[in-house]
Amino acid sequence: MRLALKIALRFLKSGRGQTILIVLGISIGVSVQLFIGSLIQGLQINLIDTTIGSSSQVTITSTTDDKLIDNWDRIVYEAKMFEPEVTNVSVSADGPATLDYEADTAPVLIRGFDIEESNKIYNIEEGLYEGRLPGRKDEVLIGRELALITGVSSGDRILVLNPGGGSARFDVTGLYDLQVSSINESWIITNLQTAQDFLGMGNKVSSVEMQVSEVFDADVIGNRIGYAVSDPNLKVDNWKDQNQSLLSGLNGQSVSSYMIQIFVLVAVLLGISSVLAISVVQKSKQLGILKAMGIKDKEASLIFVFQGLMLGILGAIMGIAFGFGLLYSFTKFAVNPDGTPVVPVYINYGFIALSGMFAIVSAMIASLIPARISSRLNPIEVIKNG
Amino acid sequence: MADIVRLENIDKFYGDKIRTQVLFDINLSFEENSFNSIIGQSGSGKSTLLNLVGTLDKPTDGRIFINDQRTDTMNGIQLAELRNRTMGFIFQFHYLLPEFTAKENVLMPSRIMNYKLTPEVDQWADELLELTGLSKVKNNMANEMSGGQQQRTAIARALVNKPSIILADEPTGNLDSDTSETIYKLLRDINKEYGTTFIIITHDQRIAEKTDRIIELKDGRVDMDVRR
Repeated sequence: MRLALKIALRFLKSGRGQTILIVLGISIGVSVQLFIGSLIQGLQINLIDTTIGSSSQVTITSTTDDKLIDNWDRIVYEAKMFEPEVTNVSVSADGPATLDYEADTAPVLIRGFDIEESNKIYNIEEGLYEGRLPGRKDEVLIGRELALITGVSSGDRILVLNPGGGSARFDVTGLYDLQVSSINESWIITNLQTAQDFLGMGNKVSSVEMQVSEVFDADVIGNRIGYAVSDPNLKVDNWKDQNQSLLSGLNGQSVSSYMIQIFVLVAVLLGISSVLAISVVQKSKQLGILKAMGIKDKEASLIFVFQGLMLGILGAIMGIAFGFGLLYSFTKFAVNPDGTPVVPVYINYGFIALSGMFAIVSAMIASLIPARISSRLNPIEVIKNG
Repeated sequence: MADIVRLENIDKFYGDKIRTQVLFDINLSFEENSFNSIIGQSGSGKSTLLNLVGTLDKPTDGRIFINDQRTDTMNGIQLAELRNRTMGFIFQFHYLLPEFTAKENVLMPSRIMNYKLTPEVDQWADELLELTGLSKVKNNMANEMSGGQQQRTAIARALVNKPSIILADEPTGNLDSDTSETIYKLLRDINKEYGTTFIIITHDQRIAEKTDRIIELKDGRVDMDVRR
């Protein structure tokens, strides 16, 4: 075993040029795999984050005539039982209304939240670019686009009409920008009580919204919550059901990324295998004499397995270094006008370790063919006097 | 004296479709501590005979005994161990491993037997290198030596496990006559000092005449067997 290792090391050292080439080959394979994998993962995480990161992932609504939920305390309690899967729970009292401003009116959506809880879902505080969050009753936030249309600014008092014909005046304490113009244009964010009073809901709410830790398990978690609550008048929706096309797009992307990675690996594997097979022929004299001197076939084949292993380890380490280099240059050179990377790269150490392991395992598999040749080599085929 | 190698009714064929017989019913034995030469024209079957004794090849028919152990029925692992412990090979080409130094090459059979080197083995390797006149170049890489030095390294390598038999196939075929002379003296000294049995193939009549026994093969049969 140790002799095979020693001979393998010497063989690699003596064929330095060949060793460097093969290590380079493996490392380019690993780096491409790492780069593409990290890029696609980053892209997907970014896409999911933009699409559903700041919105409700599991939403419970009512199917009763008034579309309102009465016993929402219990639902919130049940949902919180699912910790840590359910990370954020917030209730909201929503309803359409009309904002009456100087020249015209604008349709708006009143959204009454427990501001502190819903902030965790919608990142309202982060989007607040002027003023402060509503604290007292009849205080509201309006979005950037709505503010532009209506000319309202922080500190103003607005007149809002509800569908029933009633009206109320609210104090605008701040302006927000949640990065989605349809939201910025329509949502008037206020606290729960203001919305409930204005919309005449009493103590009811219109939905319970939650975010979960594993976004791709939202459907499973949603079903379990639905089962736990088991109220025929309630409907549990999840983002996956509502975004089927996004999901199939992501899936297609993952599959194509895996395909590229697999083909890169196969190319690397074939490369190592052929170079090692040539090296058996190159070293056949040495192997012949070693066998004449009594080295066993198994040990003779181990020489090539060790070579494969060492090439794989070296290639994996170098490939990971190259891959990081590629990712780094990508984040530095492929940037948006504001300097942020086009695609935020996601570094997944598990994935990196896995692709390194794959390289090592494939190098070892590739070495099995030359190992077999070496094991079957008959010394008298090599040792023939001329 | 006891026989160390015994060949009984050896036939050897080559080829599957066209079968060529190269050895015909060979019966031979070699005594312990003897110094033997095999001569004959090329194609007479000398190398085949030596490879059979060296267990590198198997006879088509017949039995081979080394130290009274039958070898033609042993499996690969048993044969590898037998070769490693009881035989040393010297070929026309040195077949040194160019990736290793002279001393590492000499130690290779010992490493194959047992990877760990004992101080005794290490000292023995130095003695062999001294004996073969290689002390100065023992740390040179194998391909950084002259042809004579390489062949002497191969001889030291054949001796490192203190084998009872040395099989040499034209060991000086590639060397000039002066160097050949030195190498034969060396082999003879080793034969006397350590009691190693030598079976040497040579085409050099002068060298054959200096051995204890000359066996001449002709067309796969023993044509002449002279003891002195």
